[in-house]
Amino acid sequence: MGFRDVILKPKFFVYLGCFIVLLFLPKILPIYHLILFESGITFAIMALGFNLLLRYTGLLSFGHGALFATGAYAVGMMGEYFPDLYRIEILIPVALAGSFVVSTIFGFICVRHTRVFFSILALALSMVLFALLVKLYNITGGSDGIHIDLPIIFGKSFEGMKRFEFLSGVYYYLLICVFAAATIIMLAIVNSPFGKALQCIRDNEVRAEMIGIRVRRYRLYSFILSGLFTGLGGAMWSFVNGHVTPEIAEWVFSGEIVYMTLLGGFMVFEGPIIGAILFTYLRLYAVSITQYWMFLIGATLIILVLLLPEGITGGFVKLFSKMKRAPSTGVA
Amino acid sequence: MEHWVVYLLNGLYFASFLFLTSLGLSIILGVMGILNLAHGSLFAIGAFVAAWLVGGYGSNAPITIFVVGLLAALGVAGVAGLALETTLIRPMYRRALEYQLLITFGALLLIEDVIKMIWGGTAYYASKPFTVMGSLDIGANQYPYYFLFAMLVSVAAGLGLWLIMSKTRVGIMLRAISMDREMAQAMGIRIRSLNTLAFGMGAALAGLAGALIVPTTPALLGIGMEPLILAFIVVVLGGLGSLKGALIGSLIVGETRSIGIVFFPEIELPLLFLIAVVILVFKPEGLFGR
Repeated sequence: MGFRDVILKPKFFVYLGCFIVLLFLPKILPIYHLILFESGITFAIMALGFNLLLRYTGLLSFGHGALFATGAYAVGMMGEYFPDLYRIEILIPVALAGSFVVSTIFGFICVRHTRVFFSILALALSMVLFALLVKLYNITGGSDGIHIDLPIIFGKSFEGMKRFEFLSGVYYYLLICVFAAATIIMLAIVNSPFGKALQCIRDNEVRAEMIGIRVRRYRLYSFILSGLFTGLGGAMWSFVNGHVTPEIAEWVFSGEIVYMTLLGGFMVFEGPIIGAILFTYLRLYAVSITQYWMFLIGATLIILVLLLPEGITGGFVKLFSKMKRAPSTGVA
Repeated sequence: MEHWVVYLLNGLYFASFLFLTSLGLSIILGVMGILNLAHGSLFAIGAFVAAWLVGGYGSNAPITIFVVGLLAALGVAGVAGLALETTLIRPMYRRALEYQLLITFGALLLIEDVIKMIWGGTAYYASKPFTVMGSLDIGANQYPYYFLFAMLVSVAAGLGLWLIMSKTRVGIMLRAISMDREMAQAMGIRIRSLNTLAFGMGAALAGLAGALIVPTTPALLGIGMEPLILAFIVVVLGGLGSLKGALIGSLIVGETRSIGIVFFPEIELPLLFLIAVVILVFKPEGLFGR
């Protein structure tokens, strides 16, 4: 697919339009909603990575929270132990390197299995990281976590600035650029021969092996790539949240990652992005209206699984194709 | 030397309720092919029912009320399991793995808050049976009789289950389903009702385990999370759907914990996971898996 083909597709204009809207969002949204939206965007980066594994490789990880935590904690630990290097252009590569190491270890063990055993194994490994984060409190701050200072962005220091000013200013545009880059890279991965090979493995492992795809190794690559995106999401999230605690490594958060991906609809490339942003609002809304927010989240999850298994985007796609078909078949 | 005896016996106590929890998880996973993430919540239901009953009696609770509490926990968790299976899990058998996991995850969130609605956010104490039973002297150390009692209950439940699974018609049918679902159906076994039964049995065992832990730890919100994770490790270690596997797995986990807590409390939990991972890498089907 050449450059011209990409430019001429209608989808490209939709993306461009979305990006332009995102650029003007700080002018429209009130500050509180903007920060919430930013945390949704960081989740979206993570969900993109998660969906590479779920949708395109056919592996359901119940331990992605640990990879998210790796990115976030990489930032926190750098601030704690190497304050001189607390610059975003160093922090992001460090976070990526950290998640590369952790996801390589996790992936090496997990990809030996598929289906439910893959999920259990990923969950178990994420709990190892969780336990380490809690128990090694001398290094990680234990259950209190680590405070995240405002980073230096390309030589510009923000010391003394209020966090919300930082978040609604420079950081928002940085985050949007990172998000756009992540989306484009993921789109490229998914449509590359490598991405097609992954989908082939997902559809039929034996055939993939027969045509010469090294199944286990490709699964590992997919896991690592997925981990890198998740770690990037975690690192970007840590600045928005201002504090990292071990809860993000716990498996309940990993379950929420699965939830947001399915909420948006994992069969559509953009689904997880929409799901992640929606979930952020849904969760906050639930927490603010009732102390039984887990009940609300659980109930919506169950309803979703029972009635709308393709998620929101999947539901739209179905509705759309029904409307298209309707005139020719004569059934409205 | 005497210390070691006590550590090992403590490990056996850990192992005893872990055995019950993982047995239930293993039955559900083996027969129905569903990983029940809400299993810890059923454990919590059992814990709250027993603690509420025994604690409600105040300081002069007779020991029989605890036995009633155990049975009530078993029953309530079992009924909750039956309700869960018929309403939520049943439509999921033909669905993809991610939906099966998510529906039990949803059930987990739901049940946690239902517990909060019924019993509030406070802790329930029921240490009475523990103090009433007294303790046994092992050299200079004391060992509570209650721990022995818990082991006895656990062994009795395990033995009962083994008898059901190997001697009765229902047990044989359940094993047939776990070996080959379609063939079992073709032979005329009614899979639907047996699925419900298996889920109820698993849930009841989790409830019993929850009730057994209550005399030593107060019933709190989220009490079921750790047993759930440990039960995962046991199932992974021991292999799917194997009674022997659940027994050996929970012994390994129980003893490792008990000794680990004494000597290296920081890495006791990671160590457990490490053991599980090593076994899985070298023996993917678990120690006694098929």
